[in-house]
Amino acid sequence: MSKLMKHRLAWPVITLLVLLSVNAAFNPGFLHIEWRGGHLYGSLIDILNRAAPLMLVSLGMTLVIATRGIDISVGAVVAIAAALAAWMIGGALVVVDGVATHVTRFPMPLALIAAVAVAALCGLWNGMLVARVGMQPIIATLILMVAGRGIAQLITNGQIITIYYGPYFFLGSGYLLGLPFSLFIVAAVFIALYLAITRSALGLFIQSVGINPEASRVAGIKARAIIVGVYAFCGACAGLAGLLISSNVKSADGNNAGQLIELDAILAVTLGGTLLTGGKFSLVGSMIGALIIQTLTYAIYSLGVPPEVNLVVKAVVVFAVMLMQSAEFRDSIRALVQKPARGEVRA
Amino acid sequence: MSAVVSPTVEARQPVATPAVMKIQPKYLPLTATISLFVLMATLGSVFYTGFFAPQVFLNLFIDNAFLIICAVGMTFVILAGGIDLSVGSVIALTTMVSASLVQRHGWSPFAVLPLVLAMGTAFGALQGFLIERFRLQPFIVTLAGMFMARGLCYLISIDSIDITNPVYSAISQARIPVWAFGEETASISIGALIAIAVLLAAIFIAHCTPFGRAVYAVGGSEHSAMLMGLPVRGTVIGVYTLSGLCSALAGVVFTFYMLSGYGLHAVGLELDAIAAVVIGGTLLTGGVGYVFGTLFGVLMLGIIQTLISFDGTLSSWWTRIVVGALLFVFCLLQRVFAARSAKPS
Amino acid sequence: MTAPLLELSGIDKQFAGVSALRDVRLRLFPGEIHALMGQNGAGKSTLIKVLTGVLESSRGDMRLGSKAIRPRSPLDAQKLGISTVYQEVNLCPNLSVAENVFAGRYPRCGALQGFRIDWAEVHRRARELLARIGLEIDVAQRLGSCSVAVQQLVAIARALGVESKVLILDEPTSSLDEDEVQKLFAVLRRLRSEGMAILFITHFLNQVYAVSDRITVLRNGQWVGEWQAADLGPQALISAMLGREFAATTGTAAPMAAAAADADTPVFLQTEGLAQAGRLHPIDLSLRAGEVLGLAGLLGAGRTELARLLFGLEAPDRGTLSIDGKNVRLANPADAVEHGLALCPEERKTDGIVGELSVRENIALALQARRGVRRCMSQAEQTALAEKFVKALGIKCTDVDMPIGLLSGGNQQKAMIARWLATNPRLLILDEPTRGIDVAAKQEIMDEILRLAQAGMAVLFISSEMSEVVRVSNRIAVLRDRRKVGELPGGSSEAAVYELIAAEHEHV
Repeated sequence: MSKLMKHRLAWPVITLLVLLSVNAAFNPGFLHIEWRGGHLYGSLIDILNRAAPLMLVSLGMTLVIATRGIDISVGAVVAIAAALAAWMIGGALVVVDGVATHVTRFPMPLALIAAVAVAALCGLWNGMLVARVGMQPIIATLILMVAGRGIAQLITNGQIITIYYGPYFFLGSGYLLGLPFSLFIVAAVFIALYLAITRSALGLFIQSVGINPEASRVAGIKARAIIVGVYAFCGACAGLAGLLISSNVKSADGNNAGQLIELDAILAVTLGGTLLTGGKFSLVGSMIGALIIQTLTYAIYSLGVPPEVNLVVKAVVVFAVMLMQSAEFRDSIRALVQKPARGEVRA
Repeated sequence: MSAVVSPTVEARQPVATPAVMKIQPKYLPLTATISLFVLMATLGSVFYTGFFAPQVFLNLFIDNAFLIICAVGMTFVILAGGIDLSVGSVIALTTMVSASLVQRHGWSPFAVLPLVLAMGTAFGALQGFLIERFRLQPFIVTLAGMFMARGLCYLISIDSIDITNPVYSAISQARIPVWAFGEETASISIGALIAIAVLLAAIFIAHCTPFGRAVYAVGGSEHSAMLMGLPVRGTVIGVYTLSGLCSALAGVVFTFYMLSGYGLHAVGLELDAIAAVVIGGTLLTGGVGYVFGTLFGVLMLGIIQTLISFDGTLSSWWTRIVVGALLFVFCLLQRVFAARSAKPS
Repeated sequence: MTAPLLELSGIDKQFAGVSALRDVRLRLFPGEIHALMGQNGAGKSTLIKVLTGVLESSRGDMRLGSKAIRPRSPLDAQKLGISTVYQEVNLCPNLSVAENVFAGRYPRCGALQGFRIDWAEVHRRARELLARIGLEIDVAQRLGSCSVAVQQLVAIARALGVESKVLILDEPTSSLDEDEVQKLFAVLRRLRSEGMAILFITHFLNQVYAVSDRITVLRNGQWVGEWQAADLGPQALISAMLGREFAATTGTAAPMAAAAADADTPVFLQTEGLAQAGRLHPIDLSLRAGEVLGLAGLLGAGRTELARLLFGLEAPDRGTLSIDGKNVRLANPADAVEHGLALCPEERKTDGIVGELSVRENIALALQARRGVRRCMSQAEQTALAEKFVKALGIKCTDVDMPIGLLSGGNQQKAMIARWLATNPRLLILDEPTRGIDVAAKQEIMDEILRLAQAGMAVLFISSEMSEVVRVSNRIAVLRDRRKVGELPGGSSEAAVYELIAAEHEHV
């Protein structure tokens, strides 16, 4: 049992289970899943669907944090991708042969690819600033965070673009084999990433770069290329998330899309056990972290508490996790519990 | 009596960056910022009628008074090598608490003002304590603080609370004439006066008090500062406390400006504050920079906004793009300077 | 006989059960320069940290004059009158010279009993203090724009400003050139004549004798002895530091080097006029396959700088580097590895080990980097590789999956060497490979390297232990002050190497 507790994922899984139990306790129908309208239906399905964009962003953010970096521009990139896709798809009602159909400004596949590609380019920009110019990650990504929303507004011309195109909604609200389609997207990205990390030396290199960038460079690892790559990947994930979000709400809001998602993603990664100082990371942990955040939001909602209280709860959770991760804090607790030994080293 | 240091030692000092006229290298970033501001002001005066008016210039102070105060607090934190993401939320919390106490509980403004200032200061001190005592990362601690403060706002009220208290209204509308020349008059608000006072006090603290100098030392090298016997712990907690106080004061000024308390006030203001500090020439790594520069950073943000609104054709979100571009240029320059001065002599 | 100003006795210090200092004693008299000597790991730094309040001793007495003291922080030590000038200076480079001298104790002026800093007074008094040690510079300039030598003098001025009675200098001459060293010594002599007690840590033998009055030697955390400098000759000093007899000439011992590569063996690597501004003057060097080239020189001679240039960690400003007769440009270590080079760096902690990763991953890292991202080594392959080297080099670890950060320094060093041997390099550059390793392990490593040299691997061997360099190399290139001053054949005596370094040296 104690060995199970020592596992890296122990605390995240326990936290998630506790939250699910709290939900179930206050909400009788919480764990209930049924088949309705041609797909699975229930609170759990809802949580999974809503958590999908955050899970994607968290996957990208995990790799960035593992290299000892951070990307606070993901929210802006979400907005840019959503805006671009919405603009390219648009959707107008046209009567063809007496049948009213929606047509798009550009073919949908092109719009999707363009949105993700632009998002990846944003990530590439961040990566170049960090790896080649040598800026601190927080300031490098701050630039795009500030300018990015302006760019998104530029694309949408300051309006909220409503999308009138059925097939697009499938991304965020459609179902495949009874499960939300968004989950398949998340699963695909996760599996591809997992394979890339475990079947190649990428996982080793990313960890090495995060723990000791200089030693990694001396060992012959192309540290710069790896750093640029993880930021580009993070951007692409944010782009995908933007597609899911705008597809779900059937619109793109340059100002509000993806608001605060960067903070949620950082929180999800930290909850999942990856340290902000870089090094060892856990993809599964970050996914669980994203689910924790979503379940938390759901719990607050179903408890009838105003959703803004969410913020206070998140703050408390962050504080708790941070303190637990701090060696000095654990030492203080230990010192309170045991009598300090004589002549121990002072910090 | 031994000889003067030999020429070989002198020659080892790196060649100073080419001085612009008679400006010392260390003032170069500040000069760049001020020059850019003057350039923009000149361009604006040339292209738009009515731009070159004293009131337009004073409006920069009136409309951005709260940002000046907030960014001044942020400057100290960044100089010490940290960062404070909670400032916008503390401003919002200050407005909410003020509005709630004054409107819903009938408190006197003169009791509310000291209370909210104390609250902000305590908030900052708590963050500083957690950061220093447990070696937590400032980014995450102040991020959580940001969540907490905004959440507390919403706990008080979801909707905005308008302030109709006469004292607040009077202060909000008061204008002190500054300039009267023929037909042109210009006046300044009380908030702007507070901002200028805070700025002057901050410049004094930064340059003439041991605390201010310790902030620079800690930002330059915390390890060395510790070995030199400087009060590192007190300094770190102190800058976050000061930032909390400045945020609360900025919140008070904001309350005068908006006459309401609302959870959505000052969203994203921390980014504007950080941008102002960076554009003002302060290095994010700490130890280098001037409070005076931050003033011009804020004025720069303000003048971009003013230029865009004067133009009328450009949409307001261009502000974001231009600010982002400015940030990029200044950070790039900082990196270039850092790389050049790191080269061995 | 005057009483000692500072007296330590019975000082113990433990870190997590490991004894760093055991029953150490030290006596400092006013008006003397006292050298503290010992090998790496002897406990000098720990003792200094105890003296300056960075660490607290587990046991023992410290007396300053007649008072028992126990400094708990650098500020405590400063107030007691003990000041330290560190190897990395440890001042704030972003502040001005005057500020660094007075930080924390500014003279005040203004109303309310002076809450404002009196800058005019700060500058005036800083200038005075600097003049006392013979330095006349603009006190308003940034400290970072001054050379290390000047920064050290500023640190000394700071010590004078707080009216220290004890001045500790921790390896002050590592980054100084000869002129600067002499100026520093002149300052120290003057301070000595004013009655200051100076504790001087260095590993440069000639400097010890140039300036010290008395010498204390530590070894393995224990006090070995205290002597008048005049009474302790260099050989006796080194014996005391090493704990064994030191043979004056080793030239007579049969060289253990591999059979010297003859002129037919092709030249693997050659440099012509390779230089980097501010770091290395133009250097010509050549290496054949199977040859062990020793790089000898004192600290600061430029050996590590040369190694970094050869490995692509730094870019040369001038000159050419050719491998197998073809000019190459190495933009980064990955390029160098591709050409068959390997570098085991000097700074193990910052440039070598990846702390949280396992021993197995650390050993496999360079080889994996060379293979690229896609051709991934399975865990079984990594384990097999790691275990092979654990056995070959005698690395003490419970299993190869434990984090490398938990190994002792010596075993970490062995793992680093294993990492590079695993890439089967054609040239292995070793920068201080035996630092922190016990005698038996050193032997194992040197034997393994000689075996590989005999199999055709070229080796560039950098070490501060001159005896090793002369014993193991086919040829010795001698560096001084960042240029090559000559080459000697393998098996030369240590004295011959030192002579070559000392030639044209007025101040030996």
